[in-house]
Amino acid sequence: MEMRSPLSRVRGLGAAHEGVAHWWAQRLTGVALVPLTLWFIWAMSGLLGADLAAMKAWMGTGQNAVLLILLIVAGMHHAQLGLQVVIEDYVHSESTKTVSLILIKLGAVLLGVLNIFAVLKLTFGS
Amino acid sequence: MARRERPLSPHLQVYRPQITSVLSITHRMTGVALAGGILILTYWLTSATYGADAFAAAQAVIGSWVGQVVLWGLLFSLYYHLGNGIRHLMWDAGSGFDLPSVRRTGMLVVLFAVVMTAATLGCAYFVIGG
Repeated sequence: MEMRSPLSRVRGLGAAHEGVAHWWAQRLTGVALVPLTLWFIWAMSGLLGADLAAMKAWMGTGQNAVLLILLIVAGMHHAQLGLQVVIEDYVHSESTKTVSLILIKLGAVLLGVLNIFAVLKLTFGS
Repeated sequence: MARRERPLSPHLQVYRPQITSVLSITHRMTGVALAGGILILTYWLTSATYGADAFAAAQAVIGSWVGQVVLWGLLFSLYYHLGNGIRHLMWDAGSGFDLPSVRRTGMLVVLFAVVMTAATLGCAYFVIGG
C-alpha cells in the first residue's frame, strides 16, 4: 500500500525533505576533482621549494590559474558538503550542530574567495 | 523529562573491525584531513600575495621536516580518497556491490594509495635531489 501522498511523491523529496541535491552535488564535484587533483599533484611537485618569481611564472600561463580556480571551487564545495555530513552524523546537540554548520558553510566561502583572489592577484597583479 | 541512555548502534566496542568498515571510516578521516589541507593551500597562496619574503618563509615552513611529513600524509589521503571515491562512484552506478567485489576493490584502493604515494614521493625527491 502506498503510504505517501501523491503530492509527496511528485515532489520527490523523500523522507529528509531535501531530495538528492546534496548527494548529486557531492558526486558532481567528486567527478570534477578526479582529473583536477591528479593535475594538482603533478603541478605542485614542480613547485617544491620554488621562489616567488618561478611561482608567478607558473601562474602567469593562464591555464594553470584557471585549473587552480576550478580546483578551489570544486574542492571547497566538495569539502563543505562532506564536512556537513560528518557534523550531522557526530554532533548531536542541536545548537552546537547548527553553529558548526554555519561556520563550515561560511568558512568555505571565505577560504574559497581568499584563494581565488590570491590566484587572480598573482596572475594580474604587480 | 529524564533522558534514558539507550544503546547506540552499531556497538563499536564489540564490533569486529572489517575491511569494509575500516576503509569506510578511513574515507571519512582522509576527507577531513584533506579539508584541513585546504588551509595549507590557502596559507601558501595568500603568502605569495604578500611578496617574495613572505612566500619564501611559507616555502620554508612547508619544506621543513614537519611540513614534509604533513604533506606525505595529505598525499596519501588524497590518493586514498581519490581511489575510494571512484569506488563509491562505481557503487552509485550500481556495480561491484557484492561482498567479494567490495573486498577486492577495497584492497585495490589501499594498494593504489600506497603505491602512488610512494611513486610520487620517489619522483619528487629524485627531481629536487633529496
